[in-house]
Amino acid sequence: MQRVGVFICWCGTNISSTVNIEQVVAALENIPGVVYIKDYQYMCSEIGQNLVKDAIKEQNINRVVVASCSPRMHEATFRKAAAAAGLNPYLVEIANIREHCSWVHKDKEAATQKAISLTRAAVAKAILNEQLIPGEVGVEKRALVIGGGIAGIQTALDIAEAGYQVDLVEKTPSIGGKMAQLDKTFPTLDCSACILTPKMVDLALNSKINLYSYSEVTEVNGFVGNFEVTINQKARSIEMEKCTGCGICLAKCPAKKALSEFEEGLAKRAAIYTPFPQAVPNVPVIDRETCIKFVTGKCGLCAKLCPTGAIDYEQKDQIVNQKYGVIIVATGYDLINLDRFGEYQYLDHPDIITGLEFERLVNAAGPTGGKLVRPSDQKQPKKVVFIQCVGSRDKSERGKAYCSKICCMYTAKHAMLLRDKYPDCEAYVFYIDVRTAGKGFEEFQRRAVENYGVNYIKGMVGKIFPGDNQLQVNGVDALSGELLQLEADLVVLAAATQAKPEADEVARMLSISIDRDRFFTEAHPKLRPVETHCAGIYLAGACQGPKDIPETVAQASAAATKAIGVLSKNKLVNNPCVAKVEQAVCSGCLACIKICPYEAITEQVIEEKTRGKVRLRRVAEVNETLCQGCGGCTVACRPGAIDLKGFSNQQILAEVDAICR
Amino acid sequence: MSVIASDAVIKKEAGFEPLIVAFCCNWCSYAGADLAGTSRLNYPANIKIIRVPCSCRVNANFVLRAFQRGADGVIIAGCHPGDCHYMTGNYYTRRRMSLLKNLLEFIGIEEARFKIDWISASEGNKFAEVMNDVLAKVHQLGPNRKLRDSRWRR
Repeated sequence: MQRVGVFICWCGTNISSTVNIEQVVAALENIPGVVYIKDYQYMCSEIGQNLVKDAIKEQNINRVVVASCSPRMHEATFRKAAAAAGLNPYLVEIANIREHCSWVHKDKEAATQKAISLTRAAVAKAILNEQLIPGEVGVEKRALVIGGGIAGIQTALDIAEAGYQVDLVEKTPSIGGKMAQLDKTFPTLDCSACILTPKMVDLALNSKINLYSYSEVTEVNGFVGNFEVTINQKARSIEMEKCTGCGICLAKCPAKKALSEFEEGLAKRAAIYTPFPQAVPNVPVIDRETCIKFVTGKCGLCAKLCPTGAIDYEQKDQIVNQKYGVIIVATGYDLINLDRFGEYQYLDHPDIITGLEFERLVNAAGPTGGKLVRPSDQKQPKKVVFIQCVGSRDKSERGKAYCSKICCMYTAKHAMLLRDKYPDCEAYVFYIDVRTAGKGFEEFQRRAVENYGVNYIKGMVGKIFPGDNQLQVNGVDALSGELLQLEADLVVLAAATQAKPEADEVARMLSISIDRDRFFTEAHPKLRPVETHCAGIYLAGACQGPKDIPETVAQASAAATKAIGVLSKNKLVNNPCVAKVEQAVCSGCLACIKICPYEAITEQVIEEKTRGKVRLRRVAEVNETLCQGCGGCTVACRPGAIDLKGFSNQQILAEVDAICR
Repeated sequence: MSVIASDAVIKKEAGFEPLIVAFCCNWCSYAGADLAGTSRLNYPANIKIIRVPCSCRVNANFVLRAFQRGADGVIIAGCHPGDCHYMTGNYYTRRRMSLLKNLLEFIGIEEARFKIDWISASEGNKFAEVMNDVLAKVHQLGPNRKLRDSRWRR
């Protein structure tokens, strides 16, 4: 006989202010099977959990229904509590009367009736719950990091530090990401390359880390502990083992017309190139679209010059298949495309640049050797206008509703660097608000204003008119209401950050979710900020939302810790809510095999005795370690022989009946 | 006699509170409903959610049973095509439920009573919108009498 205990949580006043708890208790008393009802202010607290444990021991209840918040929140908590009291944790059922009831309904009477109905459905299901014992599955002790920016680098180093093998896949020819392009970093103004390149070298030298540069992940299958991943190593046209990185080929290559991606298009690069001198690995790659050998067939100069014979024009993409226990996604961000911001004339004038282009222009290793000059005439500007929130905090279709978070600080940094190097050059900053939440951030921005004499103007720029020699910036000072016309030599746009264009594809491949801005979604906005809803896949850095470097590094280390938590286990507990076949009913049609995306169902021949004879019969068999419990096969099964444990046909029908009573 | 009975029906319909059963997949739509909650959006209490691991877990039987037991509308919500946590589950849902939709229409159940939609974990707004939308349509249609079990009383 099932003895159900129902525990109703007030959630402080989150539930009890809308749902009349007394009425719920009264309504549940009449339900057959319910032998014990208890309500408490915070059921998830230690006292609340003890109420559940005590009831299991003292009241002899063998099914637990907790009417509280979403099962995605506290199902695990109450399952643990039940297990601690000696009850199989899968006999616990949650009725979601907070997110699905008290928080979305204002009508108290209706909300109370709904809470009763939902709890009744949970009781109906719980009565049919069965004891489930999860299986175990081994863990592949190797981690995959996707993306080789600072987030990916930090994660890989941390996991390797713990003693596990890490493979890092980077799409471009070198690791380093956006941080490698930066000049100085706020709020300390230390040189970005000086703090990043040692990490890049550490990574290259670490024997636990295997770097797949110029490679992309093309397929991901499997589940936590056992991901099967396909990596496509794009043809570099260089044999990595032979190349010494001498650089003769780069210097002698006659095709020098392509725009350098690393220099944000401000300089040209050869068809055979390394993105930047400190690249890791320091092995060039041939851009087959601009290489004369590949385009016309006549050149091959680099092959003739290479002292080690490392050039291989015939090289093909290589496919690598590898198993991983965990995956960390660190694919980073991009700046938005500015073609829809016609008023700023970004596309039409070379002296209107983005913040990232400014970084390259002031960088000692940049195209101008650190001399800030206008891209149009190579003259030093005398007046520079910075415009913040270009596309950020813009609810219109072309912009992004969110704050890009880093622009206020990097604009202050840019203006400071400018005033420091060229004290005769004026700096003006147009802003909506200056947001400087962060350690030392406010002080930094105030320094820009007070010590460096940067002129901050609250207001937006309406339009920029390129003149003969200068750019006329028409804006408004929102504080005085005055219309401003500034004759600028250079305009720097703080373009909004956005998720990578490939984010959708990556999300689909990994079965993780993305939000409306196409950033990857964390499992819980506060309490599980680096996990995804897909077990064993973690997020690091700006692919999850706009972030500065310290936050990115912190999240990267956090993701590494989570990953190490999985890798350190020898066995992982499986989800026991998997399909099972009633072989006596199975007709052996095997329609289920075609449905299963995990190949968890196989054909099996069993012996059966009928009328004294032994016959062989074909039936379906579920491999419980492979089955992920989607339940697709249960519907495809013609005789109804397959059912899903934990979500059986009987249970769902019981819920339907209870709700439609 | 019959006049009195029909009066009673009219009275009942004036205070008609539809019952709608929503099957939501654990990974997207159930999470979307949670998000609607955490964002304190509003949708009427007539919608009652049943959690399933994947929308492809929903058997046509469950839908028919809900109608039979007096539900006035049924919603199946899953991840967007291509985003299924189980890779291909929602494609099965789409095929199976299109067939069921045709069948229901054939036997005279109004189309608006049975809704299949894709709601991701980030679409709390869409969740509330879809719920409100279905409810408004079912409200106009009135109680489901076609498939209701004659033994059923509410």
